[in-house]
Amino acid sequence: MYSKGLAPLAAATVVTVTAALSMVFFYAPNDADQGFVQKIFYVHVPMAIVALCGFIAGGVFAIRHLRSGDSSWDLRSYVAIHMSIILGVGVLVTGAIWAKASWGHWWVWDEPVLVSFLVVFLLYCVYYPLRFSIEDPGRQARYSSVFAIAAGAFVPLNFVAVRLAEAYTHPRVLSQTGGSMPGDMRLTFLVSIAGMALLFVTLWKLELTAKHASMQLKRLRNRARVAA
Amino acid sequence: MPALPLDEAGKYVAASYVVFVALILIYVAIIGAKIARIERQISELVEDDE
Amino acid sequence: MTRTARAILRKDLRIELRTKESVPAMTLFAITVYVLFHFGLDRDSLDGELASGVLWVTLLLAAVIGVSRLFAAEREQGGIDGLLLAPVDQTALFVAKAAAMFLFLTAVELVAVPAFALLLLGPGLGGALPELLAVLALGNLGIAALGALVAALAAETRAPELIVPLLLLPLLVPVLIACAQATEPLFRQDAGPEDLGRWLGLLTLYDVVFVLLSVAVFDFLLED
Repeated sequence: MYSKGLAPLAAATVVTVTAALSMVFFYAPNDADQGFVQKIFYVHVPMAIVALCGFIAGGVFAIRHLRSGDSSWDLRSYVAIHMSIILGVGVLVTGAIWAKASWGHWWVWDEPVLVSFLVVFLLYCVYYPLRFSIEDPGRQARYSSVFAIAAGAFVPLNFVAVRLAEAYTHPRVLSQTGGSMPGDMRLTFLVSIAGMALLFVTLWKLELTAKHASMQLKRLRNRARVAA
Repeated sequence: MPALPLDEAGKYVAASYVVFVALILIYVAIIGAKIARIERQISELVEDDE
Repeated sequence: MTRTARAILRKDLRIELRTKESVPAMTLFAITVYVLFHFGLDRDSLDGELASGVLWVTLLLAAVIGVSRLFAAEREQGGIDGLLLAPVDQTALFVAKAAAMFLFLTAVELVAVPAFALLLLGPGLGGALPELLAVLALGNLGIAALGALVAALAAETRAPELIVPLLLLPLLVPVLIACAQATEPLFRQDAGPEDLGRWLGLLTLYDVVFVLLSVAVFDFLLED
């Protein structure tokens, strides 16, 4: 059920990611101010965008779970959030690498996207202890969905708040991911985001399939044990 | 801060992409282990059946 | 629904008045934290953004203590089953708990804010008192709504005293940002509000979103 369309999806992912990587290193020009270091953005920013969308998607799946009571939606929500947290680690690490390369420090408070991401990441890390310390499976799924919805609503609000605050302490003289991006950079960006998004969906489907198969197998084994 | 010279900058850029690839590979490895466990359990079930 | 909510609220307030558990503890905690900040920052008086930050972080931490206790009575005496069996809208429970938290916070601030002015604040409180009250009111609303939601979420876990701070504090970052930024110009030597509308607007948006969300979602926490 979950693996429908997985093969063409994976193929599309391979094509897009390869295209993106090629464009990053062979097509996009070097940034005037930051030089070669700017290339980090083509992996850092798409990871951040896809992770944030993953968190919000987790919230949307959670809404469908609560409304239908169908636990397959809870599974989709869990995997989406789980993967976005992993991507989140990547965002923070690549963000730190970029900060070190650009500013000489391993962390800077200037970038509202990175800062708000830190808050979101800290919040979603609590998803695991919350989820796994509730014994009853029905309750566990419902409470996780409530969390996913509240946290999903929190993500845009938090970004707005941090952005407003940073505007006061760190006025953005130079926009890093600039609205004034030359066309070839912008195209590379879009392809990178598309590649990252396809990668996310492919791996998401992959994990869903594996988890679902594992759960069905457990049910079969229990039934076999009872029958024996 | 002025832009880093290419050889230094290259290391940071390469590090970022290595992090990205490493994350994907770790993920694939974990799913692979999960599939291996599923296969093992299926073969146990098949054995019990026979 | 309002009748049920009022009844639950009255019960909680009566318990609090009798046992005097949460509010005095939160207040004492806040004042202790002021002393900690005095030693930690090695400062006799604060103004501007430092004062604003110290006040709001302290209030948030005190709120966390209060939230951890919000469902304590129900947990310890099994009262929640009685509430669940009653044929009423579970939303009433949320409204009652959030209202209780709001009142507790107000009570704490009645002492903690003047105490702050006494101990650490350089310029006086009088400078922009009505604006400060507006910020406190909207901030308390957000803390109360989220506190009730998080308390309910954590109530069924094995270690609620750990889960509550970990959940509540990141979720309250926008409230902290808005309140601290709004209060900062009020605590300067030449006090006067600045951009107050923007931060009050953010607080209002946050409060509306989370009150509506909690009301919509609370039923699912208690059904069985």
